Amino acid sequence: MNFIVCIKQVPGTTEIKIDPKTNTLIREGVESIVNPFDTYAIEESLRLKERIGGKVTVISMGPPQAESVLREALSMGCDEAILLTDRAFAGSDTLATSYTLACGIRKIGEFGLVICGKQAIDGDTAQVGPGIAEKLGIPAITYVKKIEEINETRIRVERMMEEGYEVIETGLPALITVVKEINEPRLPSLKGMVRAKKAEIHMWNASDIACEKSKIGQAGSPTIVNKIFTPLPRKGGEIILGDPEEQAQKLVEKLRQAKVV
Amino acid sequence: MGIKIVEDKCTGCSLCVKACPFGLIKIVSREEVGKPHPKYKKIAVIGEGCNLCGACLEPCSLEAILIEREEEKPRVDISQYKGVWVFAEQKKGEIQGVAYELLGEGRKLADQLGEKLSCVLLGEGMDGAAKELIACGVDRVYQIEGAILKNFQDDPYTDVLTDLIQKEKPEIVLMGATVIGRSFASRVAARLGTGLTADCTELAIDPNTRQLLQTRPAFGGNIMATITTPYNRPQMATVRHKVFKKAVKQGNRRGEVIKENVEGKKLSLRAKLLDMVQDLTQTVNLADADIIVSGGRGLGGPENFHIIEELARTLGGAVGASRAAVDAGWMPYSHQVGQTGRTVCPKIYIACGISGAIQHLVGMQSSDIIVAINKDPNAPIFKVATYGIEGDLFQVVPALTKRLKEVLG
Repeated sequence: MNFIVCIKQVPGTTEIKIDPKTNTLIREGVESIVNPFDTYAIEESLRLKERIGGKVTVISMGPPQAESVLREALSMGCDEAILLTDRAFAGSDTLATSYTLACGIRKIGEFGLVICGKQAIDGDTAQVGPGIAEKLGIPAITYVKKIEEINETRIRVERMMEEGYEVIETGLPALITVVKEINEPRLPSLKGMVRAKKAEIHMWNASDIACEKSKIGQAGSPTIVNKIFTPLPRKGGEIILGDPEEQAQKLVEKLRQAKVV
Repeated sequence: MGIKIVEDKCTGCSLCVKACPFGLIKIVSREEVGKPHPKYKKIAVIGEGCNLCGACLEPCSLEAILIEREEEKPRVDISQYKGVWVFAEQKKGEIQGVAYELLGEGRKLADQLGEKLSCVLLGEGMDGAAKELIACGVDRVYQIEGAILKNFQDDPYTDVLTDLIQKEKPEIVLMGATVIGRSFASRVAARLGTGLTADCTELAIDPNTRQLLQTRPAFGGNIMATITTPYNRPQMATVRHKVFKKAVKQGNRRGEVIKENVEGKKLSLRAKLLDMVQDLTQTVNLADADIIVSGGRGLGGPENFHIIEELARTLGGAVGASRAAVDAGWMPYSHQVGQTGRTVCPKIYIACGISGAIQHLVGMQSSDIIVAINKDPNAPIFKVATYGIEGDLFQVVPALTKRLKEVLG
């Protein structure tokens, strides 16, 4: 079966701090990583390939430097990597991104399953997975924590809900978004890393993927960012002193005053 | 179209460099790039990959950065779209708390616009629920009945809601940012080709343009963005549980219920819902909890989590865990709070033996009151804790439980 994994390069959150004097974001150094949820998607695709055979193609939409996350995916064991990159894609919101990735996936050809991470840790929207499915006209199941069964035509999964989980079955081709619980991602092997370094990453631009100009980039983005501001950082409050009994007593008193207990 | 540095205004002060979350801005010598200036020697240059997020605009007091957008004509006749809609998510016939919160906020927005507030209710046997919604100040309930709609399923729900939206043309559609809401809203927005903003923490109507101003966190909450959907309708947004206050029920409200049945209609259904399994490790749902007690690496092992559970039980709260505790196998993933776990917003969050790495903070920093119990005085969690207790959690937590039992009787 042909598996397609969609991944994204995101800034590593650990590096982001707020400068208290100017109240703006500071980024010490440029640390970009694979979106954490996407590593689980990559791992799941590799496990499925081991289970029922096939090929794993990993795809991403981003600037040229996003190539590094594709190489990471290759080093874990993915077979082929595609980067959708073009100035025309800049300024895309989730709708335009979903559309663009769907066009890229169509160009790859026949596939059985598209696997995405639950959400990206910079945008935090979780919208692109279902958006791609809608544009491709295939069913989507989000928050998948386990794949119970899969064969050439159907897949049965456990979908994480707030109070438990649902068991859902659907026909293929389909799209799933996965959560951390689904697996433990492997580390790249030395052989994989060497292979990834030499591998060719296919770079596709807007004209390569048969997309409509009005549906990509800024033009294809119904949402626009009006304003960006840094929220007032949460400040620490008071430290409660004393021995454990005293501390407990004082805290309970405070909580009662605040009417939460 | 795009982003550019206004050459005669830029002084090369480099405030924008620090603001760019992607680290794409560099300060270079003007001479090198052929952009001389009588007074300034340096200029900012924006590298490849800029996605026009606009974070650099705030620190630039000189207005030397410009993001240009093409003047667009509206894609749809905006004047035809009227009214605020709330999707009343129901599970097992019960309307979810977040829907009531959206009704409260929806009423405000509708009043500001001078429009009607409506609810969309899909399910089976929902007459009683429809009446409850009317009691909360809804002007109209679209009650769509059908066996196929009893439990949420992507396909039939998406078919029904998109059809209804295309027919009735609401201006605004709000949904809870629940597991259901987030995938449902994404699907509907993609099918309609309209804008959707996820996880809004604030909604407002722009008095000049009548547009919905949708404010939400990004980059794990380190930045706030206000988003609009100027040229498409409806404007869709999802809102997290416990962000807005619930609508108040009043007995004497009047409103209309428009009931419709989908039996006989052609709705797609590609997926089969085979089973719904309850998580028995949770007595209180993390997403709903007003009080959460969380344990981290400081607990040392799974056998010690019982002190967390007991404190949670005494308070009637839920149990959470940091990533360290979950990865170590001490608690199931469903309890994980943080960037790759759940985001929670309780009234009280008590963090025991949790250092407060930023990936954990992004999952709980909007809690009303944060209590931190940690023996390391330098733990970052103390920087955001409303009340910090420096001490041994194995002594403090049981002391807290004991004191609470005395006080609560």
